[in-house]
Amino acid sequence: MMADAFLDIADLSIVLRSDRAHRLLRSVDLHVNPGEVRGLVGESGAGKSMIGKTIFDILPRAVEAVEGAVTLGGTDLLALSSNARRREIAAAAALIPQDPLTALNPVRRIEGQITDRLTAILGFSKKAARDRALTLLEEVHINDPERVLRSYPHQLSGGMRQRVLIAAAFAAEPKLIVADEPTTALDVTVQKQILRLIAEMQAHHGTALLFVTHDLGVVAKICQNVTVLFGGKVVEDTDVKGLFAHPAHPYTAALINATPRYDRPDQSLLPVPADVIEATRAEIAKADAEWLSQRGQTLKAAS
Amino acid sequence: MADIAQTAPQSGPAHRRRPLPLRLVLSGTWLLVVLICAVFAPFIAPHDPLAQDLLLERLPPFWMAGSEPGYYLGTDGLGRDVLSRIIYGARIALTVAFVAATAACVIGSALGLIAGYYRGFVDQIVSRIVDIWMSFPPVLFAILLVAVIGTGLHSVILAIIVIDWIRFCRVVRAETFVQVKLDYVDSARVAGFSRLTILIREVFPNTLPTIVALLSLEMGIAVIVEAILSFVNLSISTDDPTWGGMIAEGRTIIYFAWWVLVFPLIALFLTVLAFGQFGEGLKDRFDPVLQ
Repeated sequence: MMADAFLDIADLSIVLRSDRAHRLLRSVDLHVNPGEVRGLVGESGAGKSMIGKTIFDILPRAVEAVEGAVTLGGTDLLALSSNARRREIAAAAALIPQDPLTALNPVRRIEGQITDRLTAILGFSKKAARDRALTLLEEVHINDPERVLRSYPHQLSGGMRQRVLIAAAFAAEPKLIVADEPTTALDVTVQKQILRLIAEMQAHHGTALLFVTHDLGVVAKICQNVTVLFGGKVVEDTDVKGLFAHPAHPYTAALINATPRYDRPDQSLLPVPADVIEATRAEIAKADAEWLSQRGQTLKAAS
Repeated sequence: MADIAQTAPQSGPAHRRRPLPLRLVLSGTWLLVVLICAVFAPFIAPHDPLAQDLLLERLPPFWMAGSEPGYYLGTDGLGRDVLSRIIYGARIALTVAFVAATAACVIGSALGLIAGYYRGFVDQIVSRIVDIWMSFPPVLFAILLVAVIGTGLHSVILAIIVIDWIRFCRVVRAETFVQVKLDYVDSARVAGFSRLTILIREVFPNTLPTIVALLSLEMGIAVIVEAILSFVNLSISTDDPTWGGMIAEGRTIIYFAWWVLVFPLIALFLTVLAFGQFGEGLKDRFDPVLQ
């Protein structure tokens, strides 16, 4: 455990409620230092979003964190009551969600959706919160912030909505922002803009950023460190230069190889080789068996 | 980084007003006419709806031979003016429609929201009650209920509430299920709001378009149920003019005086249709998601 990490996830395991021997996250360690930009990379289903959801206490009902600690700014979140936890989170962290189309409430104006947290949780006056919202919208390069504040989400484009959500995430000056594949739902041309915007806002505010993505190219561009996840298990945790120069895990090396190269359009796309996946799966199965043999009895007792 | 700056859409928040859809205009107009009739019945009705005059019984409507001036839609078997009785009948129809439907809506929607949002144990209880309720034939249930607690306007309203709250409960519960899965609920959670606050401030407004459409539909249904109960003589006293009661009376003399049955039936039909169309029209026009 690193003492100076702002977000420190240690030994986190998440299981299905219906089958508590089935782990979705397998003893995950992850830490983000103040001001650090960390990429969290993995295929779909690797458990990337699950980590973000655990931090914010928005896990689906079907799963449950059974062991491990999530420490945010020195406070162990999993030990808190649900009410204390949401206040702690609201003040210290924010989420840039995956799909800007559904992440804004369709029947409420933009203004309230940016200022809510400021007025209701952090005690801003209405006027101060509105001024803050206007400043933020300017920071995310929206030309007519007054009008956007009065708009409903359906009156804005997808890119605009993601800008609004980025502004809302930075509203309370959180120490940590989790960006959960923030460009996946957007048009390719808009993706690049949004990516640059997030990097720019992060640099400007000095916020720690956990950037969840499946795109190693994006990681190379904006992250300092990276955690690679496969099947809910951390297979690599290193800095970006080290990741591309000498990946420690064969899966990571295969993943880097599989990234399409724009400079070699004639080269066909390489899949991650089956034997690498098999080997990694075997590794996970072994770790699972060990974990189960240690905790099998308690798990049975609990369920 | 001016190159990535963006402007708000041209239309802006004060978006252009689209013309109201025809069905909203037509149904709204008819409901307004019925409402005016109900409120100002004593001033509009040409005759006392209860005044009997056996010399004027079974007068045909104004365009037929043998009609009397002033009795536009004819008279019934006791010489009472059909038009006046229809106008007064609107009072009871609308009272039942508004009071019963609103109460059923409030009770059903509240339970539906709670069940759909909190799931688990609460949902189990509410859903099982709804299942049990649904296995009773509704009209028979109403007749039974009124027979037990006695006739009268209050009983009719109560019967409709007791029967029809499940209609709201089921639909609102399903709608809440859908809403809760959307990311804005998680966003509100991340912003630090309690579950109750999120339910009231974020989820409930999103179910409103559905609730309003259903409420309007339910008002139509309430009018029908009231008419059915009047028809089987379980509504309010037979002297007071109700559309259902008039239809029941007209049925016995349909071969001599069809107008006694047909005109209240038209009023009933148009009103029920208008309520349904009005609700759907409102949903189409004002649901921000559909725009």
